[in-house]
Amino acid sequence: MKPRTLLASLRPQAPLLMALATWLIALQMAGAQSSLTDALGAILKVGPKGEGHAEAQAGVKVLLAQDLNSLPQILQSMDRANPLAMNWLRSAVESIAQREQARNVALPIASLGAFLLDVSHSPQARAYVYQLLSKADPVGVPRLLPGMLNDPSMEIRNAAIRGALDQAAAELAAGRKGTATLLFQQALNNARDVDQIDLAVGKLKGLGVKTDLQKLFGWIQQWKVVGPFDNARREGYERVYPPETSVRLEAEYVTQGGKARWVDLVGADDYGKIDVNLPLGKLKDSIAYCYTEVQVEDAVNAEIRLGCKNAWKVWLNGRLLFGRDEYHRGAEIDQYRLPAALKKGRNTILVKLGQNEQKEDWTVEWEFQMRITDAQGSPIAPLRVGVPPPITASR
Amino acid sequence: MKKTFLLSALCSLLCPWATNAHWPQFRGPDFNGTDNAGELPAQLSASGGIAWQTALPGRGLSSPIILKDRVYVTCSSGPKQQTLHVLCLSATDGHKIWERTFQATGRTMCHEKTSVAAPSPATDGERVFALFSSNDLVCLDLDGNLVWFRGLSVDYPNASNSLGMSSSLATADGALIAQVENDTESFTAGIDVATGANLWKLDRPRMANWCSPTVLSLPGGKHLAALQSGKGITAVDPRTGRTAWDYKDGASTTASSALSGSVIYAPSHGLTALDFSGDGEPKQLWRAAQLRPGTASPVIAGGRILLMADGGVLTCGELETGKRLWQLRTKGPFSGTPVAAGNRLLAVNEKGLAQLVDLSKPEGEVISELDLNHTVLSTPSLAKEGIYIRGESRLWKLRR
Repeated sequence: MKPRTLLASLRPQAPLLMALATWLIALQMAGAQSSLTDALGAILKVGPKGEGHAEAQAGVKVLLAQDLNSLPQILQSMDRANPLAMNWLRSAVESIAQREQARNVALPIASLGAFLLDVSHSPQARAYVYQLLSKADPVGVPRLLPGMLNDPSMEIRNAAIRGALDQAAAELAAGRKGTATLLFQQALNNARDVDQIDLAVGKLKGLGVKTDLQKLFGWIQQWKVVGPFDNARREGYERVYPPETSVRLEAEYVTQGGKARWVDLVGADDYGKIDVNLPLGKLKDSIAYCYTEVQVEDAVNAEIRLGCKNAWKVWLNGRLLFGRDEYHRGAEIDQYRLPAALKKGRNTILVKLGQNEQKEDWTVEWEFQMRITDAQGSPIAPLRVGVPPPITASR
Repeated sequence: MKKTFLLSALCSLLCPWATNAHWPQFRGPDFNGTDNAGELPAQLSASGGIAWQTALPGRGLSSPIILKDRVYVTCSSGPKQQTLHVLCLSATDGHKIWERTFQATGRTMCHEKTSVAAPSPATDGERVFALFSSNDLVCLDLDGNLVWFRGLSVDYPNASNSLGMSSSLATADGALIAQVENDTESFTAGIDVATGANLWKLDRPRMANWCSPTVLSLPGGKHLAALQSGKGITAVDPRTGRTAWDYKDGASTTASSALSGSVIYAPSHGLTALDFSGDGEPKQLWRAAQLRPGTASPVIAGGRILLMADGGVLTCGELETGKRLWQLRTKGPFSGTPVAAGNRLLAVNEKGLAQLVDLSKPEGEVISELDLNHTVLSTPSLAKEGIYIRGESRLWKLRR
């Protein structure tokens, strides 16, 4: 058959063939879509201790067969990902992106950028997209940062504040103190990382502007303290002393030092340090309890943020949140972030604080610092802190 | 004693679990800071001696590992070192072949001198494993595709050290050995290399521990994982975690044991040589109080055992007897362990001064120096063609 004849013979059937081909392609795409959706679903189910690994490994293979057009769907799935699944997903995205970029296929900047700018997406996912885009366009993408000073992602916010601080420093170096002051103040208002706060506060101090660090961080400063209870051989950490079963602020306890009553301790440190050595003395082998109450107008999911180099346990409304039986390995602001569901009205916080037997100079500290914040590290407000006159408070 | 020595040498040569990696983990194929690829160079030189150097995208003090023509290294970046990097570089020219990043799921706080990327990665020849101080554990294939990811702090929330964790990884018999030992939730796990699931998990002494596991080769192709802590050394079956023997006389929590054949040289009461070739408990061959490791682990080369003190005094002992042969003052301070081959030892101090020591001289002698002018707290790695020195945020390949 001549080619022309072949074409002529096919022509009447062409619409049918086209429809068939379209249907087949659509079927294949639907299958691919379904398998991608299933794969993402499997990865999202990854849990602790290797849970769901076999299914997730199969899912990763499906993801690795995708091209860059699938990135938006994969990234959107990160909104539902736990921290483990997030890492499975980002690794697959990097494999795809690296493979396609090696073929000179450009990243879909527009769709990735739209994802980045939509703050309703997971902060962690957006931070990752920011990293991805910054690698692709290290000059252009950071230009977005001045508009991201208040970003929900701590990483993006940190980068934005860094840029703002640099700009403020440049203004100061150019002798424009007024503009520099405004820029440092703007950076400070949005900064959540301690090093950036310290830098801004220092610069503002040099410019004659005072900062209320206690208010800025939102430290809990008002406490009742009782102790010392025995912690010889570090055994007191697991021992249940009376304040753990019932906080009775009028009670008197028999302790290793004799009799002990709750006493007031009000912190005055800019960085919120509550030094138990002050009321109890520089003791060793001892346990102290610290108690306070906070009032919130509405129930809120918050974080109790703690810095502490001593062994500790924290209870919120009588429920143990977490504890660390570690001594003198170091402390920093927001060292521990404890999810805390505050109820409307009065909430009780009890801290158990252990001091061990070490005698070195760097083991004298018996202290902690605590604040209550949202997930971005902004102090929860309105928040009233304090301990009423001696009462019996059931926790 | 000599019989033990010959057996040791034979075991080293026929080491059946060795991968095709030249430097598969921290301190090399035999966990002793040396290899069998000939001498180190006679001279260190900035002009002709540096094959390449490259910046890393973050900080770290993990050692690189070398598999065929690729170098794998880890680092961490971000305001809280929360971004974890695993990089694969060309051994030929240092160009990046791939990079994967992860978000730390555990605490990243550590002492300012160390880093979240302190533990060294390991390979079994088919996969690359990377552990971070945040207890995030990554398994990638050699092309950088994820095999599995574990957040050991998600699994065991109280397993951490506020100063930082640093125990490196080792593999044996399809098990990845991860020592996650600390003051609180202290454990070591044997993890299936293919699936990432626990094969076993042992409660370990509740005390901070920064030293790394070693893998002991036994006749018949069997292995034991030697887990060192302040309490001593526990040797376990890598597949089951079952204890084979337990040396309970204490050991360092920083310097790790070194191996030579069927003898483990443990940082315990100075240095203690234990022959594990027999059944049951290991037999003590010698104990030398004068051979006292600092932060750096012992290095074995040419019948000698070498110990670098933090301040820079290098002590050389006779491997067979533990007799101290000589001491040499080098320029410290040191955090990383030296490497050695043949009659030469390379030590890089914290300021990045690389010092080459001729071990054949009667009292040892520094014969060449190279100032890298960069903080170096890590242990170099060796390959046939080069020496890899990892600085805080830079990697060099020196010609060998």
